Formats: sequence, C-alpha cells, structure tokens
Amino acid sequence: MTRWAMVADLQRCVGCQTCTAACKHANATPPDVQWRKVLDMEVGEYPNVKRVFVPTGCMHCDDPPCMHVCPSTATRKRPDGIVTIDYDLCIGCSYCSVACPYDARFKTDAPSFSYGNAMENEKQRFDAKRLGVATKCTFCVDRIDAGMAKGLKPGVDPEATPACVNSCIAQALHFGDVEDPDSNVSQLLAENQSFRLHEELGTGPRFYYLWDKADKA
Amino acid sequence: MIGKLQTMWDARAAINFMLGGTGAGLLAASAFFRTEPTIPVLVALVLIGAGLGAVWLEIGRKLRAIHVFFNPFTSWMTREAFVAVLVFVLAISALLLKNQLLYYAAALAALGFLYCQARILFGAKGIPTWRAREVVPLIVTTGLAEGLGLALLFSSQIHVLILFSLAVAARVLAWIRYRSAVKSPALESAGTVLVRLGTLAALVIALLAYFIPLVAPLAGLAALAAGWNFKFRLVTRAAIRQGFTLPHLPIRGAR
Repeated sequence: MTRWAMVADLQRCVGCQTCTAACKHANATPPDVQWRKVLDMEVGEYPNVKRVFVPTGCMHCDDPPCMHVCPSTATRKRPDGIVTIDYDLCIGCSYCSVACPYDARFKTDAPSFSYGNAMENEKQRFDAKRLGVATKCTFCVDRIDAGMAKGLKPGVDPEATPACVNSCIAQALHFGDVEDPDSNVSQLLAENQSFRLHEELGTGPRFYYLWDKADKA
Repeated sequence: MIGKLQTMWDARAAINFMLGGTGAGLLAASAFFRTEPTIPVLVALVLIGAGLGAVWLEIGRKLRAIHVFFNPFTSWMTREAFVAVLVFVLAISALLLKNQLLYYAAALAALGFLYCQARILFGAKGIPTWRAREVVPLIVTTGLAEGLGLALLFSSQIHVLILFSLAVAARVLAWIRYRSAVKSPALESAGTVLVRLGTLAALVIALLAYFIPLVAPLAGLAALAAGWNFKFRLVTRAAIRQGFTLPHLPIRGAR
C-alpha cells in the first residue's frame, strides 16, 4: 500500500522560501495564504542563538482531526494517505481550521489579489470555488495522479512530484512512499534521526523532520 | 514558537455557545416548572435558533448549510444540528399537545444539544484551551446554570431555586477542575467574574430569594451574565493556537 509522505531535512533548509513561492505559483493561492510555509525560528539566548527554518503545511495525518470534525464530509482521506477537500461540499464553517494543530488551513471569503486589481495571470487562474471554503496543501495531488498515469514515480520524477519539493534549492524537501523500504524517503528516514510535530496528539502526521544522522552505535 | 490567536471563529460562533447553551438550559429547566411553561419554552427555542442563526452567518457558503447534516458518524457539529432539529420538533409538539412527557423528552434533547456543543469545543485539537477534557463538564454546567438562571425570571418556585443553586455550584467546581488543567491568562478575569458574580453573588441572592422571592431573577441574571462573559472570552480570546515546538534542533557543522 502506498503512503505518501514529505521529509524535510532541517540541517539543509536555509529558509529561502522558494518552496513557498513555488507552491503559490503552482496552486495560485491568494495573498496571505501559504499552503507551504517556512517558519523562521530563533532558539536560545544571546550569544548562543540558533536559527531554524521549518517548512510546514498540511501534514496529511494518518488520523486527521480535520476530517473527523468536518460536518459536510468535504474533507476526506485517500487510500494513499493524501487528505483532500471537496470544494463543492465544504460549507466554510472553519471547524477543520480550529481542529488542525498545524495551522495548515485557510479560508478566504472574498477575492484578493497581490496588487489590488487582478493581474492577467491572476484573472486566468482565479477559482471562485475556493472562496468561502477551507483550503490547504494537497501534496500537489493533481501532479501526482497525472504523473502516475504516465508511469512516472512521485518523488523521483519532477513531473509527478509536488512543486515545493521540485523547487527546493538545498534539496531539503523530499517526497515519496514511506511504505516502500527502497524509496528515497524511507532511506532518508533510515539514515537519519527524525521527528514529527505534535506527535503527542496522536494525529500521525506524514511530514518528517530530519535533524541529525542516525546513531551508528 | 507560541501560536497566535485563531481568527476563524469569532463573536458569531461565541453567540451560538452563549445563546444555544442558555436556551438548552432553559428548555431543560422548563420541564420542571409546575405551571405551563409556554413562554420559557418559546424563549428557549428563540435563543437556540438565534445561536444557530449567528453561526450560519459565519459560514462561508451559506446556501450549502444543509451539508452540515452529512457527517453524523464523527462530527459533533453534525450531531448538534440533528439534535437541534429534534429539540425543535419535541418542544413545539409539547407546546401544541400540552404533554408533560414531551416536555421531558424536549428537556432530554436539550441536554443532548448542550453536550454536543461541549464536544464541538473538545474536538478542536488545534486549540489547547478547548481540547482539554475538562471543557466538556464546564460547558454543560455553564449552559445549565445560565438556563436555570434565566428560568428564575419566569418562576421562583423553590425547586427551581434549588436546581439553580446546584447548577451554579456544579459550574464553579467544573471551572476549578478546568483551571487546574488549563492555564490561560485570557480566562483569568472571566474566571474571577464567574466565581465572584456568577457563583458567590448568585448564591447569596438565591439564598435571599428563599425569603424574598422577588430577588430571585437577580441571582439568575448574575449567573447568566457571568456565564456569557466566560464563554465569549473562551471562544474569542482564549483560543490561542498551539504553535510549534521542536523536540530536537538540527545538528549543523562540527559537533
């Protein structure tokens, strides 16, 4: 069984936000909506201060609280683990937004554009279906499905891989099937120590963060 | 990283918890009136309806509101909607048929509605002040105290006063339990009002009302005001997102 997951190598991420820009470009999200967001965290006290850049977004959880609370069944989970939103069913109650511990969901009630009036590209890509409903990262599900239909491998072939992963200048972001022991992400997880965010909540997020090489001992 | 205030649910959602909770509490109390409770039941239905109307104003796709009924299997919001329909059907039937059993059934449904509201907050895993288990008894007892407080405007019968006093006592116990589990500076002032005005003052006035029944509504209003203030704060001001915490920092360069 396939289970898509994202791996972010925190040792490599430089916080350039290219993934954020690529996501916005690929998904035409309005201003202030960042399906792929990079947190810029400052840790410690002067002079021992570290900056850590943490890519976040929908974690496509194994047990997504957003799906359980959704009154309209708009939020669903595919067999491959991707959590989707049916914009035709969603009523925009935002219950999913307050249920998500990862701050991953957005709702835009009115059209908004980068410079007030819509530019030509914004006019062309504007989707009224996304107004007044919940939106979030889809793992670029359309690219995955279209790529797989062509026999391509998500996480390996760029055409079948989420835009944020393709764009990462530091190769910090990786995508693949964690159920396949030979996949790129499985190997990275085997070779490194990783954690997931808010694991104590039992949501089973499918977004892993590498923070050090695996212990050899 | 500390999370910021969630802004998805605002005063409109809070109004649903305030009016809906009070309406449900009043409907439950009405079943125990020894006189025909037509007016209190109507007021309760108006309150519940107004609360649901407020939340309808908040949703992004108002014409699709019917979709709220699609997920009774896991969503407490759907269950709240179904129970609301049941509350209206039973209460209106009771009013039309003047049937005491139906009043009891409506009261039970109202308690179910209150429980659904509490579970809605408990299901919001992204908000630490809501997802605490202790929020469930707090919301239920708050609704009961508010509803019984409002009931004192219609009846100062001794058993209503006793039920009111018990509900107020239960609410403050639920608050103490909640506060020991959840630390939220945004709730401190509302909690103080809940204890001083909503509990101590309300109980003192309720005690007076055993001798001077005319003051009973004042006790009810004190409990009601404190409860509304608390729930408004809980939904709009104490709803801070969890934020992010890293269990490990990345190792870079030399070890």
